[in-house]
Amino acid sequence: MNSPIVPDVQAGRATDPSAEAAIHLEDVSVRYRAPQERLGSFKEYAIRRLQGQVRFADFYALDGISLEVRQGEILGIVGRNGAGKSTLLKVVSRVLVPSRGRVRLRGRVSPLLELGAGFHPELTGRENVLLNGTLLGHTARGLESRMEEIIDFAELGRFIDAPIRTYSSGMAARLGFAVATAWRPEILLVDEVLAVGDEAFRAKCQTRMRAFRASGTTTLLVSHDSTTILALCENAVWLERGKIRAHGLAAQVVEEYRASRVPASV
Amino acid sequence: MHAEETKLSLQVYDSGHRGPVVLEELRGLLHYRDLLFQLVRRDIVSRYKRSALGIAWTMLYPLGMMTVMTVVFSQLFHAVHGYPAYILSGLVAWNFFSQTTSAAMQHMVWGSALIHRIYMPRSAFVVSAIGTGLVNVLFALVPMFLITLLVGLPLTWSVLFLPVAALLLASFALGVGLLLSAWAIYFPDIAEMYQVGLIGWMYLTPIIYPVTTIPEAYRYWFFHLNPMYYLVSIFRAPIYEGVLPGWPLLAAGAAIALVTLAVGWIVFCSRADEFTYRA
Repeated sequence: MNSPIVPDVQAGRATDPSAEAAIHLEDVSVRYRAPQERLGSFKEYAIRRLQGQVRFADFYALDGISLEVRQGEILGIVGRNGAGKSTLLKVVSRVLVPSRGRVRLRGRVSPLLELGAGFHPELTGRENVLLNGTLLGHTARGLESRMEEIIDFAELGRFIDAPIRTYSSGMAARLGFAVATAWRPEILLVDEVLAVGDEAFRAKCQTRMRAFRASGTTTLLVSHDSTTILALCENAVWLERGKIRAHGLAAQVVEEYRASRVPASV
Repeated sequence: MHAEETKLSLQVYDSGHRGPVVLEELRGLLHYRDLLFQLVRRDIVSRYKRSALGIAWTMLYPLGMMTVMTVVFSQLFHAVHGYPAYILSGLVAWNFFSQTTSAAMQHMVWGSALIHRIYMPRSAFVVSAIGTGLVNVLFALVPMFLITLLVGLPLTWSVLFLPVAALLLASFALGVGLLLSAWAIYFPDIAEMYQVGLIGWMYLTPIIYPVTTIPEAYRYWFFHLNPMYYLVSIFRAPIYEGVLPGWPLLAAGAAIALVTLAVGWIVFCSRADEFTYRA
């Protein structure tokens, strides 16, 4: 609303890219139109539905979020279900165009949200690398050139030429992670996906993410598990009903968030 | 070196400063052109893997339909010279249209699960459905040429015009596919209703019967309001009649195809940002 006057960026363009925020959200709102929930009987609801008279109610998944994330920062996001955590990632990954406000990003975004999105069961692992990789915006040539690395990282060996339907869910998730992180993105979005695979593979994923951070990747990390946030993030944001409830040092924010949950869980 | 590399390729996105959606979508599609190729490949390869006859189906399916229709209708339309070739040329054009527009909706419904999770140009699903159709037409040309020669019709140089005819048909199908998909993403049962509509539409188009079946008095209204009449005739002329389509026909067909494409593209693009706002 009353944002401070920002100096003209075009006139005095910063020379050092690291001086600018990698992610910049300005009063971002996302308004969904959801069918209004009535506390009346189901019969009433069904009839209204049949009559096509279901009313829609506006629902703000994000409500006036302003946020800056520095390059190289790992920002943790905590909050209850429906607080807007995933919506925040969707706005940054360009899946949702905000209903209001402005999102500015510097760099390529890689969402680790949906590992193996669009995998086709009948196609081989190799064919699926090309399909999944191009869905993520990579070129087929680039993918071919990194194919061996991807296969190695996913630990698939000769299974790469078998159809994906013969894979275990762990194998498919490993391949998905390997494709999604085949290139270091400038911005990485992580939503609870690190729970895939066995212990050893999880360790490998975390090593890769740490290497990304060391090279300057900015990360947004959503987790219900606040210990993960404390282990990986300096700073954190606490979302509640689409608004920022707290933003600051991870330890502090997580503590406040935990404290709030005790009386709320009655 | 690494930093330099990053700096050069640094993509900047600003939701507050986007170009017109119609151009943004096109730019996205160009950037994701490899995805289009992979989606087409997936369609063709997965179809091939599912059945023993594989890609041969693309050729056998129109041949089978042609055989059935020839047997059923040849008594009725025995006056049509080289009737199997007449049917087949019309069927290949019609099947291309009906299959690609239906596939466009199916792809969009499938893709809607993806576009809720990761960003990609949303038109990719529709465009790739048309791409798959074009590849299938290429395969269907083999039986079409064979039958044409078998019934004793000459293949002339005018077949070189077929790519233009196919592209016009593809533009029209893309326009219709985009319009349908922009609705089918919310209401998947539109795809079912469309199937019924297609049956009616096919019988209103001269695929199995010659244009002369319809009394001259009604012919104008019967055909001139049907876009597929023009596009099927343009496709049929170079192969069945062995001549280039006449200018009035071509001009009308091209205008219909391009206007439909433009309308479909604009409607689809201006609605595309809303797709992810609904479950």
